[in-house]
Amino acid sequence: MTETAGPAGTIILAQAEHATPAETHAGTEAHGGGHGGGGAFPPFDSSTFAGQILWLAIFFGLLYLLMSKVAIPRVANIVEGRAERIAGDLAEARRLRAESKAAGEAYEKALADARSKAQTIASETRERVSKEADDNRKRTEAELNAKLEAAAAQIGATKAQALSNVRVIAVDAASAIVERLAGASAPAAEIERAVDASLAR
Amino acid sequence: MAGALDPIHQFQIVPLIGEGTFAFTNSAAYMALTVVLITGFLMIGTSARTLVPGRLQSLAEMSYEFVAGTVRQTSGDGGMKFFPLVFSLFMFVLFANLIGLIPYTFTVTSHIIVTFALSMVVMLTVVIYGFAKHGTHFLHLFVPSGVPGYILPLVAAIEVISFLSRPISLSVRLFANMLAGHITLKVFAGFVTMLSASLGGVGLALGVLPLILAIGITALEFLVAFLQAYVFTLLACMYLNDALHPGH
Repeated sequence: MTETAGPAGTIILAQAEHATPAETHAGTEAHGGGHGGGGAFPPFDSSTFAGQILWLAIFFGLLYLLMSKVAIPRVANIVEGRAERIAGDLAEARRLRAESKAAGEAYEKALADARSKAQTIASETRERVSKEADDNRKRTEAELNAKLEAAAAQIGATKAQALSNVRVIAVDAASAIVERLAGASAPAAEIERAVDASLAR
Repeated sequence: MAGALDPIHQFQIVPLIGEGTFAFTNSAAYMALTVVLITGFLMIGTSARTLVPGRLQSLAEMSYEFVAGTVRQTSGDGGMKFFPLVFSLFMFVLFANLIGLIPYTFTVTSHIIVTFALSMVVMLTVVIYGFAKHGTHFLHLFVPSGVPGYILPLVAAIEVISFLSRPISLSVRLFANMLAGHITLKVFAGFVTMLSASLGGVGLALGVLPLILAIGITALEFLVAFLQAYVFTLLACMYLNDALHPGH
């Protein structure tokens, strides 16, 4: 176990040792046969630097172009599009809420108007009806009063008539009574005077 | 066998097409693959353009908003003019790191020249934009206000040194993390085969331990791959912020 683990350990140690640029060449020599690839510790092999920088410049430049011209605008478009959409939807919702609120207020107002109008109509009708009833009543009362007066006048007239008839009858009756009792007729003027005197009493 | 277990073998640069300094190497091929994957991911992800995003679109939007949030946080809305650069950097580093986690692949970011070149892109952007926008006022970056005159030379020297060391720390951080992680993974995975090859059944049983470790380290490496991409991006944003606001 120790025999096989040993070489691996030394390899690691060797790499740890020449992990600095200064020691690159020493490391190459000590390690050269180890992996057969030859050359210095790869990250510090300066012969590859120029090539890597060139290819990095090409590909990173390409990436920068692709990102700044194509990819970032696309993603930004989506992200900002969503933000705009949300803001737009919110504004729409706010507008609709205001509209429904206005509609509700208009409904309330219409309701209140209708109610006050109905009240006006009701009170007008009530006034009109009570006025008509009043008129009717007054007219009927007047008619009744007229009839009463007419009736009272007729009664008065009839009474006067009756009273005058009574006098004639009384005079007749008195002359008849005097004739029967006395056997002779009394003067008419005297009988009329006596009847009038007793009627006046 | 020694070649297969050699933890350094995976960093070898091999020419694929052509010869010499500027041959198309495996490194270049993986750079190309990185670009293709990033572009494909973003284009396919955004092809549906649905209001409620699907999985891939959600990921694409998330990466966009994540980087945009980082830029806005560190350098404000003015920093958004660097957004394409920062986004490209983040996606390139992240995808290169993640591709490197697939066995038998090459990790572009495990080469210091690549990470150094990327950090120099940031630093050159800072310097060029800084001078173009602010002229000599950009030099106020090195002269903090409110420092007594007699220690000003010292402070200015420290500021200059710290500014110059930025590309080095930025590139070495990413490179060293990728390199160390991949070596560790390879070494522990190598133990498994070595134990079973030399000790037979017992070795196979013992090999479970380094295997578990290798699995754990793989999970850790995924975290590191993302974290290093984020750290690289975040620091790039902070340095770019200096170009926008040189005064301290």
